[in-house]
Amino acid sequence: MNRFKEKMIRRFFQLNGLFVIFVLIGIFVLLIRNSYPAFREIGVWNFFSSAEWNPTSFTGPKYGILAQVYSSLIVTFGAMLIAVPLGVATAAYISEVAGPGVKNILKPTIEILAGIPSVVLGFMGIVVIGPLIARVFNLNQGLNAINGSILLGIMALPTITSLSEDAISAVAKKYKEASYGLGANRWQTLVSVVIPSALSGIIASIMLGMGRAIGETMAVLMATGNSPAMPENIFDSLRTMTATIAIELGEVPFNTTHYYALFAVGLILFIMTFLVNLVSDIILHKYQEVD
Amino acid sequence: MNNKTKVKVENLNCFYDDFQALKDINMEIKSKEITALIGPSGCGKSTFLRCLNRMNDLIEGARIEGIVCIDDYDIYQNGTDVVSLRKKVGMVFQQPNPFPKSIYDNIAYGPRIHGIKDRSRLNEIVEKSLKNSALWEEVKDRLDTSALDLSGGQQQRLCIARALAVEPDILLMDEPASALDPVATSRIEDLMKDLAENYTIVIVTHNMQQAARISDRTGFFLMGELIEFDRTETIFEKPAQQKTEDYITGRFG
Ligand SMILES: Nc1ncnc2c1ncn2[C@@H]1O[C@H](COP(=O)(O)OP(=O)(O)OP(=O)(O)O)[C@@H](O)[C@H]1O
Ligand SMILES: [Mg+2]
Repeated sequence: MNRFKEKMIRRFFQLNGLFVIFVLIGIFVLLIRNSYPAFREIGVWNFFSSAEWNPTSFTGPKYGILAQVYSSLIVTFGAMLIAVPLGVATAAYISEVAGPGVKNILKPTIEILAGIPSVVLGFMGIVVIGPLIARVFNLNQGLNAINGSILLGIMALPTITSLSEDAISAVAKKYKEASYGLGANRWQTLVSVVIPSALSGIIASIMLGMGRAIGETMAVLMATGNSPAMPENIFDSLRTMTATIAIELGEVPFNTTHYYALFAVGLILFIMTFLVNLVSDIILHKYQEVD
Repeated sequence: MNNKTKVKVENLNCFYDDFQALKDINMEIKSKEITALIGPSGCGKSTFLRCLNRMNDLIEGARIEGIVCIDDYDIYQNGTDVVSLRKKVGMVFQQPNPFPKSIYDNIAYGPRIHGIKDRSRLNEIVEKSLKNSALWEEVKDRLDTSALDLSGGQQQRLCIARALAVEPDILLMDEPASALDPVATSRIEDLMKDLAENYTIVIVTHNMQQAARISDRTGFFLMGELIEFDRTETIFEKPAQQKTEDYITGRFG
């Protein structure tokens, strides 16, 4: 009887695991099947080498993905520029410097930050950050690349902070003791022993934060202005891959080139986030082996 | 030998939360001598050692009462520079704890944080420290490999080398030879005798012969109390306390 129960329980978990894999593969197959016509009709080279995306042009629709990919990357890069130093420093502060009181306030606060719906953040981008950017840099409007970067930075911050904090506090106490025992001060111990020992965990957290930022849709859609042209600088309005899909997929007729092209954008996005997550997973694994 | 006092411990009590780990310890450690601490497991030897360079500061809930004077300076008084105290009072921990860095970087860590940047000077220190801890021959061709790949005994010697590289005044060693074979052990013992020409050494050991062989003075701890502290010959030949004799002759412990 007990045997049987155990077997059933094992089956149950096995099925759950298989289901997740099945869904993942299903999504991948769906994306490939629906993108294939786009690649055939537009041409792979054309699709990847052109920066012009204009599916409704009278002179012949243009399906170049380059501007979107570049926009996604530049906004994400900007977000990382904000979130990485801030996140890692906060993590180091929480686990190495802060007293238990501050820690007990700061940690939940950061976790709450992760729970803010992205549409709310996007709203903040429009009504608070946008006008602020416009005023500070003397622009006529503030819906642009940095606005998106700031929002995405805020969104990636909890991931980076809490995972980095885990990695930093997991650094064995004996390493810190060894360092203090040699007459190192707190700062030296943090920089030369603690952070290097936690580095793979920190990098993995950054990759995960980045994965989240690349895939994020609503906030960037609301805050970046969505001009489909290639952005020239960080004050330009731009349109990311996610925003393009979200804006256009609702209105596009089924089974047209445009429809398939949007799936192709989705496929590229999927591959990008998949790679980022894969890299972070590999790094985390390596990290666990070292410990 | 009538050396001057290097460390003077007066009425030292140490608590971990409510548990009293050291009870009213009084001890004078002489300069340029080897002082051995013996006693059964859990009697407070490591705790005592850690009071001497304030490593217990890092333990939450640890509390200290009493006076520890090093060179006539009370190290627990307000305003003590703990960082330079620990540079002066080096420590080899009970568990080998090399950094997850290369062998070279492990040894160079101390000198580097104390401001030595010159590569050839660092090379010199690394070589000398590794020679002193009897590890040089085994690792001289693999200084760039990770210290974590060394065997337990090699890691122990690496940690000794790392402590030596800072050139402390006083060296606290918590069972530095527990994972070493007889050859390495005797090299470490020779090293300690050499070092005692210039350094003050306090060593915790579970090995009676080792304490008898190398130390000038021996302290016997039991359940947080210092039962007896005297010249090593006295402790081993005619101890004043029955408990000491029982322990040394293996009748308990
Ligand atoms: N961090 C700590 N928190 C609470 N209690 C501790 C802590 N460290 C040590 N103790 C307790 O203090 C007592 C003395 O411990 P200590 O490590 O000094 O013993 P020891 O003589 O070094 O033993 P051993 O020979 O096994 O190393 C023990 O009862 C131990 O349980
Ligand atoms: Mg001990």
